[in-house]
Amino acid sequence: MINVPIVNAVTCPVCGCLCDDIELTVADGKVAQVKNGCSMCESKFLNYVSEHRTRTPLIRKEGKLVPVSYEEAIHRSAEILVKSNYPILYGWSSTDCEAQREGVELAEEVGGVLDNTAVVCHGPSILSVQEVGIPSCTLGQIRHRADLIIYWGCNPWSAHPRHLERYTTFTEGRFESSEWKSYLNKVKASAGRKKLLSLERKGVLKQRYEPEVPTVSDNKPPATLSKEGRKLIVVDVRQSMTAEMADYFIQVEPGKDYELMQAIRALVKDQELDVDEVAGIPVEYLQELVDAMINCEFGVIFFGMGLTQSAGKFRNIDVAISLVRDLNMRTKFAIMPMRGHFNVTGANTVFTWQSGYPYAVDFSLGYPRYNPGETSVVDILLRKESDAALVIASDPASNFPRKAVEHLVQNPLIVIDPHMNVTALLGDVVFPSSIVGIEKAGTAYRMDHVPLPLKKVVEPPDGLLSDEEILRGILKEVRLIKSQNMEIA
Amino acid sequence: MLQEKLKVTLLTGRTIEQGVGKEAGKGTKGYFESTTICYMDLGDMKKLGIKNNTHVQVTTPNGSVVLRAVKYPRGAMPGLIYIPYGPWANAIVSNETTSIGMPSFKGTPAEIEPAPDKPVLTLKELLKSEFGK
Repeated sequence: MINVPIVNAVTCPVCGCLCDDIELTVADGKVAQVKNGCSMCESKFLNYVSEHRTRTPLIRKEGKLVPVSYEEAIHRSAEILVKSNYPILYGWSSTDCEAQREGVELAEEVGGVLDNTAVVCHGPSILSVQEVGIPSCTLGQIRHRADLIIYWGCNPWSAHPRHLERYTTFTEGRFESSEWKSYLNKVKASAGRKKLLSLERKGVLKQRYEPEVPTVSDNKPPATLSKEGRKLIVVDVRQSMTAEMADYFIQVEPGKDYELMQAIRALVKDQELDVDEVAGIPVEYLQELVDAMINCEFGVIFFGMGLTQSAGKFRNIDVAISLVRDLNMRTKFAIMPMRGHFNVTGANTVFTWQSGYPYAVDFSLGYPRYNPGETSVVDILLRKESDAALVIASDPASNFPRKAVEHLVQNPLIVIDPHMNVTALLGDVVFPSSIVGIEKAGTAYRMDHVPLPLKKVVEPPDGLLSDEEILRGILKEVRLIKSQNMEIA
Repeated sequence: MLQEKLKVTLLTGRTIEQGVGKEAGKGTKGYFESTTICYMDLGDMKKLGIKNNTHVQVTTPNGSVVLRAVKYPRGAMPGLIYIPYGPWANAIVSNETTSIGMPSFKGTPAEIEPAPDKPVLTLKELLKSEFGK
């Protein structure tokens, strides 16, 4: 038998779930098989050595990116940063806390703006937490005790595929059991119904029903809302895959989450509403929803981009947290943002312990300042104030509005990333780095602020440096150039 | 009666195919195919007289982009279109941050019209046309 090394308990560096039960088979120094992971996890572990990976640093010369040595690229980057008046240092969410720590030091040294991807993700949630606080808990508590799970404006089936399986409805907790079997029965029944309809369409069976035309949900609560055991409620503007799994799916009218939550708050406080429906949901149905919320033992609301990126933004989160506060007067409730990148929570945490602020930190005056809207990276780019940028472990050219990217690429752009992503294609200095969690060990924070170790499973390609080493190199070079400039002056 | 254009609300967001594509690499076919689509309500597609995979032009005050229309597979969402996150979606989303740093990735008013003869730009063509690089 061939002895193939299997690495157990690997932490997956993809989303904020940080599943730490991944099993990898390593053959010939490469990951050959992934067990327990979701499709994104498999895609990351099996494609990390793809052709979209650069092996040497690149510098743009006469419009074209040409290979250079690390020393030359580090020197060029340090020159750019020292020369600029107001550089942006952005990204940080797909790397480890050790690299983030170096980043804070570099930002302070060059007097730049330090921002992470939370600004286009859960930045509004952070603003709300700073305004009204957050009653939260760890995912372990939810796994073992929560009997009412609400996903509001998020679709974990797509963005955090194993969230339900590991932490909520489909997990076997100590005090609450998994709803997996009842979901499977539902799927089987639905598959049978679809088969009958298809046979009717083909004329094999006599047509008994009119073919179903998809309609907007009537939002009527099902009888299962008062069942024993774990219940799953999904609130969204469209019927997502997670909504299909739910016991109760509420289709809210777009942009009306705020008023829906305020109405629920009123009902939780036993007030009467003077209207028949709110955001497309009849008040009598809302009353049933509120009864389910109040009668649960321990409920939790998970929320995502449906609240933070639509009208109202941080005010939506204000009212969601206030709703949880009100519910805690009647039963036990918690709330948690569904963090996207695997270490965006770590970026917020590291920035906060080093500078006092979680994102959008401006060091240009020599001390940290924080004023999202002014010191946040998208606003700086839209106002065309920055004159250089260092982008690490993220892809703003894919994820920022076009106008913001236009200014980003007009100025010198340094990119540190394992892959040739869209920003790297537009960069002036491009560093390839080893992949954190596969080729480099480190630390990352899960969405519930639990730090977990990331493993080194395979060796990086020859001569490839890690994010941390590249940043330390740039910082050293920046200090050297600055001291030389001082001597000349 | 068929309509030439439809006024809709643009939502951008995650799909699992886009998630798998981004992990495999932004230059891959999977990423291109999962981010250059526009999910539409079946009723809205009928109003425009288009079928699955017909190209459509989506225009907002911030830009215009050609994508492939795909019927949203679950339930109805009249008046909404859903484009997965990516450079194509970001060519047209609103950059209004309402002074808190967050652009409006969801809820931008848009117009959609059939464009069966226009091609969907590849990533390199899109970057060249937008940023000249």
